[in-house]
Amino acid sequence: MQTNSSGSSSSKPWSQWVMIAIAVGYLALVLLLPAVNVFYQAFAKGFGAFLGHFAEGDMQSAIGLTLFIAFIVVPLNTVFGLFAAWAIARHPFRGKPIVISILDLPFSISPVVAGLMMVLLYGQQGWLGPILQFFNFKVIFAVPGIVLATAFVTLPFVAREVIPVLEEIGMDEEEAARTLGANNWQIFWNVTLPNIRWGLLYGVLLTNARAMGEFGAVSVVAGNIARKTQTLPLFVEDSYKQYATGAAFSASVLLGLLGVLTLVLKEILERKTYRKTT
Amino acid sequence: MGITVQEVSKRFGSFQALDQVNVAIESGSLVALLGPSGSGKSTLLRLIAGLETPDNGKIFLTGKDATYQSVQARNIGFVFQHYALFKHMTVRRNIAFGMEIRKMPAAKIQRRVEELLDLVQLAGLGDRYPSQLSGGQRQRVALARALAVEPKVLLLDEPFGALDAKVRKDLRAWLRRLHDEVHVTTVFVTHDQEEAMEVSDQIVVMNKGRVEQVGTPAQVYDHPASAFVMSFIGPVNVLPTNSRIFQESGFDSANPEMFLRPHDIQVELQPNASTVPARVSRLIHLGWEIQAELVLDDGQEMVAHLTRERFDQLNITENQRIHVKPKDAKSFPLYYEI
Repeated sequence: MQTNSSGSSSSKPWSQWVMIAIAVGYLALVLLLPAVNVFYQAFAKGFGAFLGHFAEGDMQSAIGLTLFIAFIVVPLNTVFGLFAAWAIARHPFRGKPIVISILDLPFSISPVVAGLMMVLLYGQQGWLGPILQFFNFKVIFAVPGIVLATAFVTLPFVAREVIPVLEEIGMDEEEAARTLGANNWQIFWNVTLPNIRWGLLYGVLLTNARAMGEFGAVSVVAGNIARKTQTLPLFVEDSYKQYATGAAFSASVLLGLLGVLTLVLKEILERKTYRKTT
Repeated sequence: MGITVQEVSKRFGSFQALDQVNVAIESGSLVALLGPSGSGKSTLLRLIAGLETPDNGKIFLTGKDATYQSVQARNIGFVFQHYALFKHMTVRRNIAFGMEIRKMPAAKIQRRVEELLDLVQLAGLGDRYPSQLSGGQRQRVALARALAVEPKVLLLDEPFGALDAKVRKDLRAWLRRLHDEVHVTTVFVTHDQEEAMEVSDQIVVMNKGRVEQVGTPAQVYDHPASAFVMSFIGPVNVLPTNSRIFQESGFDSANPEMFLRPHDIQVELQPNASTVPARVSRLIHLGWEIQAELVLDDGQEMVAHLTRERFDQLNITENQRIHVKPKDAKSFPLYYEI
């Protein structure tokens, strides 16, 4: 490699330029242009028009529902993820790899299949359908279904981020706290949580991004009823299909900004976690 | 009695970490648990702390049965090999932790933290974070933190194991002085016999989950209870009992092997009735001592230590023929592999 580049050091050979051009072109086509285009389309008719879309009832309701779903699912899976991570990282038990694999299931199953699983279980024809009908409780094509589907696809994020951190820090500090008289709860708050906080926050962030952005699983269970079961990603698709491209792109910008924000915070958190462990 | 361990056994899967261990540790003493890795010494310490529970047997702390008492209730101080300081807290807050958990008044905590910082010679470093301290300083913070709650017993798990040789030596002497000041019953785990000899009042020698011997440093060195203790503490030559060197000098035993320390070999230039001839194969200068590697006429190899004075007197060289006899030799009924 070294001889190659030093042999023609005065000017880069044309092959290198071609490679760079291909890489940049590919990134531009696949990543950059689509992202820029979303913003361009959203603001094509001016900033006022962009803001105008947010006054529409359907859009507001979709934003509200998405926030509501995240508001329920993120705390739920944060608590679950913490407990799961603690149980897995702090207790030796038989079948640990199997439990970890099960925890990873939502990563490997297509979201559409996940949605379908919910329908087959909780839908009218599903296993639990008759019981739910008896109590007159609607899951599928209603908000509980969206919560379930979203909870399913975001299940592993927190545990997956926290387990390696817990394993890395080991049990010494927790044992030290115990010998100093701290009970489990005091150990968790004073020692464990401060040590895992950046990893935990990163997991929460990923959970939130996915909870707000999930389309596949939600679209199967939600039924896409405007102002009732339409989340923001469903709203984007619906608007686009009805040629309301302005609204579609405006909502997309919102979701896109969420993504950008997540990435920025992720970068910051990863640096903090890295500094902590070295 | 400070700590009493009665018939304690502990098993991890198929590994018998402790096998019916009995130990009694006097209040206010400084005791070393000495043994090779896997001998069960750390497990015994963690059992005393309550970080593990025994499969069988009982543990008494200051006379009270603590076998099933929780770690928190035992009021012990524990120092870990890798310090286990709370990384996100300052030195001051690390030391205050146990007192804060006990809800002591803030003013009292503050006063005690300053006292302890003085005691461990870290006054002025209270606002540092553990990552800003050297290894030796971190271990002293860990000690101050453990002492802060005025524990009934202080337990240290290879406390100097992660430090470099110079710091380790300093800290050893310092721990001894500290113990003379605070007088808390202290048990520390080590695999370093020199460390155990230097610091402790009593040594508990452990091997394969059993206690081989309990005694003062002089007792375990001069009167080892087993072949294991003799070979683990200090250098030793192991020779068959029927070797000529023992027959000529009148040492005999029903056991097949005899143990003799390198400094218990008398070296002469002229033969007499109780010596056997040997050849000096190699001379190594250890400074204050000369190590002579010898080959006996029957092919047995052994090592003798001569004082500088004696060496200069004899003026021996490599390959010279000399005459040796044991001043002391021991044998033990059962032979353990190390």
